[in-house]
Amino acid sequence: MTPAALGDLLRELAPQVLGAVVRRYRDFDSAEDAVQEALLAAAQQWPGEGVPEHPRAWLIQVAARRLINIWRADDARRRREETAMSLDPRDVAGAADEPDTGADDSLRLLFLCGHPALTAPSAIALTLRAVGGLSTAEIAHAFLVPEATMAQRISRAKQRVHASGAAFAMPEPEQWRARVEGVRHVLYLIFNEGYASSTADDLVRPDLSREAIRLTRMLHRLLPDDAETAGLLALMLLTDARRDARTGPHGELIPLPEQDRSRWDGELIAEGAALLGATLRRHAVGPYQLQAAVAALHDEAARPEDTDWPQILALYGVLDRLQDNPMVTLNRAVALAMVHGPAAGLALLDTVAERLPGHHRVAAVRGHLLELSGDLPAAAAAFTVALHASPSPAELRYLATHLASVNARAAAL
Amino acid sequence: MKYMLMMHTPADTSAGIESWSPEDVKAHIEFQHAFDAELRAAGEMVFNEGLTFPDQARIVRAGQAGAPVVTDGPFPEAKEFLIGFWIVDVDSAERAYAIAAHASAAPGAGGAPLNIPIEVRPIVGAPSADA
Repeated sequence: MTPAALGDLLRELAPQVLGAVVRRYRDFDSAEDAVQEALLAAAQQWPGEGVPEHPRAWLIQVAARRLINIWRADDARRRREETAMSLDPRDVAGAADEPDTGADDSLRLLFLCGHPALTAPSAIALTLRAVGGLSTAEIAHAFLVPEATMAQRISRAKQRVHASGAAFAMPEPEQWRARVEGVRHVLYLIFNEGYASSTADDLVRPDLSREAIRLTRMLHRLLPDDAETAGLLALMLLTDARRDARTGPHGELIPLPEQDRSRWDGELIAEGAALLGATLRRHAVGPYQLQAAVAALHDEAARPEDTDWPQILALYGVLDRLQDNPMVTLNRAVALAMVHGPAAGLALLDTVAERLPGHHRVAAVRGHLLELSGDLPAAAAAFTVALHASPSPAELRYLATHLASVNARAAAL
Repeated sequence: MKYMLMMHTPADTSAGIESWSPEDVKAHIEFQHAFDAELRAAGEMVFNEGLTFPDQARIVRAGQAGAPVVTDGPFPEAKEFLIGFWIVDVDSAERAYAIAAHASAAPGAGGAPLNIPIEVRPIVGAPSADA
């Protein structure tokens, strides 16, 4: 087994193993640590000794032993006396034979890690570790923070879960929609983090976008009839398809119209489009499906001028009514400009600027629409505002280069 | 020994990157990219970050009951602002100065070296073995 295949297997098993251990021993905090240790032991032993016949049962048994060691070392004497002494690690091995619990366990873990008591950074870190099976070091690398910082964030997150009284259980029916939406939002944020921060020289960082896609595929398998989960997965596939074309050799952002479309991933586009099509035929439409539909329209255009802007404008119109989100209105202003001309887009953009004062994206869009209208000096002024307000290195590089080109064209007039 | 290398940018932006030609901007970006890659390849890079433009800076003081009192921007009388930093781990102060000089010579308008001031400060830590 190659190291990559072994890693895939372990991360696939991680939530099932953790689920089985938590179901038996309840103590999520220590169980999570114990499962990390078991995964580490497997990563060290299996390449030499071979993968055991029942890898899941092996991991559960090792994790159970580690958990009891953690408890024995623990000062929480009362907890140890109440639970640990009544259990034997051999008991828990039976958990591996219980049928059809792996899927539900993974879902329960997703709900626990995406619990509303957690802040977004905590929920993200905990989801990546407990459900994704990533090590603390890997997650720290992905977010470019020291490992000790990430370890503390995860530890605090687990304490918070414990303090909130969140149970390792399916949500009540009346909370179901909101809780699934919370899990989707965490996965969406993980994807965005990977997508926004990925640059050409980041080969050593774990790929958060791919991890988000893997976990969203899992959620989609667990909830195949949930339309917005399918929509989220389609959105990720249709967006990730453009990833290689989206940054230059020095990590500079390449905007959609300037991307080399031959570098888009046709397989991901086909998969995302098929999934979206099947979902839209069967369900009422939701925000993720609408965003996926916009992404699909961009992906289907062979050249920028082939983009179906009227259709994109219509989709953003629906999305703008569903969500009170100025970023959606911002995107609608771009589509409006492409269909009805820059003046119409700029007028709508003024309403967004009131809601997002000083936002770099508003200034950048204003620059592009002014450039489209032919007012290059005003465009340069807007791009200067955007440059000064941008927090992203990739975008800074793009804006500095683009501003220079607008200045050069304005000077040549 | 660890050093922090702090790159400053003049408050006056009239000669800033906003007015360079596209080729000069590209050359500057390529220089910074190659510079960071060299430090990483040499095993001397500990950490580096670029900062947003000083427009984004806020000055915070504790007000009543410790509540933050936030005012806009860096001090207007300042002539230079921090725009990025590197933390490097090197053998000697001379090596830190050499790295700083290299960073200082990043190309600007017309490809001429900017000679940006780089503040080099040793980071407090365990004393070296020969101290």
